[in-house]
Amino acid sequence: MAKSGSTTADRIVAVLCWAACAIVCGAFGCILVEILRAGYAEISWEFLTARPSDAGRAGGIGTVLVSTGLVLGVCLVASVPIGVGAATWLSEFTTPESQRARLVTGCVNLLASVPSIIFGLFGMVFFSRMLNLGLSILSGGLTLACMVLPVVIQTTYAGLRSAPDELRLGAAALGLSRTSTLWHLLFPAATHGVVAGLLLSLGRAMAETAALIFTSGYATRMPESLLDSGRTLSVHIYDLALNVTGGESRAYASACLLMATLLIINLTTSTLAEAWLRKRQVASG
Amino acid sequence: MSRRNADRILNGGFSAAAVLASSIVVVILAFVMREAWPALTALGISRFFTDSAWRPTAGSDASYGAGAMLAGSLLVTVGAVVVAGVPGILSALFIQFYAPRSVAVIYRRIIELLAGIPSVVFGFWGLVVLVPVINRLSPPGQSLLAGVLVLSLMILPTIAVTAESSLRSVPRSYGIAATALGMGRWATIWHITLPVARRGIAAGFLLAAARAVGETMAVVMVCGNIIQVPDSPFAPVRTVTANIAMEMGDAQAEHRSALFVTGLMLMLLVAALLIAAGGPRRSDVHG
Repeated sequence: MAKSGSTTADRIVAVLCWAACAIVCGAFGCILVEILRAGYAEISWEFLTARPSDAGRAGGIGTVLVSTGLVLGVCLVASVPIGVGAATWLSEFTTPESQRARLVTGCVNLLASVPSIIFGLFGMVFFSRMLNLGLSILSGGLTLACMVLPVVIQTTYAGLRSAPDELRLGAAALGLSRTSTLWHLLFPAATHGVVAGLLLSLGRAMAETAALIFTSGYATRMPESLLDSGRTLSVHIYDLALNVTGGESRAYASACLLMATLLIINLTTSTLAEAWLRKRQVASG
Repeated sequence: MSRRNADRILNGGFSAAAVLASSIVVVILAFVMREAWPALTALGISRFFTDSAWRPTAGSDASYGAGAMLAGSLLVTVGAVVVAGVPGILSALFIQFYAPRSVAVIYRRIIELLAGIPSVVFGFWGLVVLVPVINRLSPPGQSLLAGVLVLSLMILPTIAVTAESSLRSVPRSYGIAATALGMGRWATIWHITLPVARRGIAAGFLLAAARAVGETMAVVMVCGNIIQVPDSPFAPVRTVTANIAMEMGDAQAEHRSALFVTGLMLMLLVAALLIAAGGPRRSDVHG
């Protein structure tokens, strides 16, 4: 009796689970199809290369893509060395239990939870006003670098930790210096962590809007230097959708491009991560 | 250069990177506080709660009531967590217990991809698809409801993934023992797995709420941005984040500083949610 009752409940829950799955997949599919279908029709070589005109209603996104590339470049150039350095220190030069390591870890995790609009406020005050960079690609890129730093640190750290301790012990027994141990053994073993971190940060930075509207601004002209203002693709979508009447079709096209790029980045990251995991399991099992 | 020197330089460089990385969050907090200070000392924190309206540009009549915007933020957040909660937990149960293995793998991947959609695309989709539908039900369409629905999609992956990992961390022996005692699948889940995983699932809800309350772009695009305590789900609202995004561009003096005060409130709100969830976001750094 009790058994049959629980089976009925089990069946109801099974149906509900499938329903939840269907709703989530449906919503995801709806977003994907709507944006990709309506946007794809608008994308052409001309759209990708021409500069926007008439506030973005006509023309293309050539200059926007250049600005996006420059902002992302600044962001990675600033965040990767610092992030990899900090992760290496945490993993190889200290122990997890030490007070200093706990402090650094705590601060980095805290940084990861700061809302993006706050990064925008900070970037506006610190990079744009105080360091006098103004509304510029440099200012926006550095703001994003602060934002993605925790991602770089966490993934690099995980990569370094996945290198077996035998490597470290063996290297020490052979009298290798720490520098060569890191360079020849640990960094190669942690490459997948660094690459995953790079891709994830790239995705996060590309998706960001709120941190950029007050730091790199809205300019659509071709940036001549890193001190010029330039809008990224996501800022372009925001501006077209909200502030420009009749900008919808170009917004669709830009959103399609942004989403397709991010889907590719995310799929690559998780596929790579899975492949590495499988390789490790095979190697250790 | 001797190799001991090389080691020392390397150690110095890496510690410097670690110090720099950890100081950023302190510097951010310091700068937000510094900018908020003039308004805090000139107006006092209480005026942000007691003033009836937000009219920072009205000259000598200026008032700084942030109550309606805080209410907007809270309503949107609570609504999103409520809407995403049940499907989020069901998704976790589905992946862990009910789906065939191949389906579970694919579904997990879809949830990860959903988490990767940028907020500006969520906002845009909400604006062109969801808002017109809501508008047909009850104008104007840009509303609390639109914000709740868009945000719930954005935070569902957080809830599902944290719930799934807490379900997975329940020792398998519990389930095996329950099966040996003749308990069915659902009875085992309901009486054993879920109670054991309860705290992890609750922490996931709080993390999701922290993410929702800090979200800006999607909310600006679909909520209508009228400062008011909404009287129905179809009424427009403006959240704290949306207000900063809309007004910071041309805010001066006291107004600007007042916006930083609301930014500080936002940071405190997020911090409170994370502390309630058991410390700042758990990550693989020294787990």
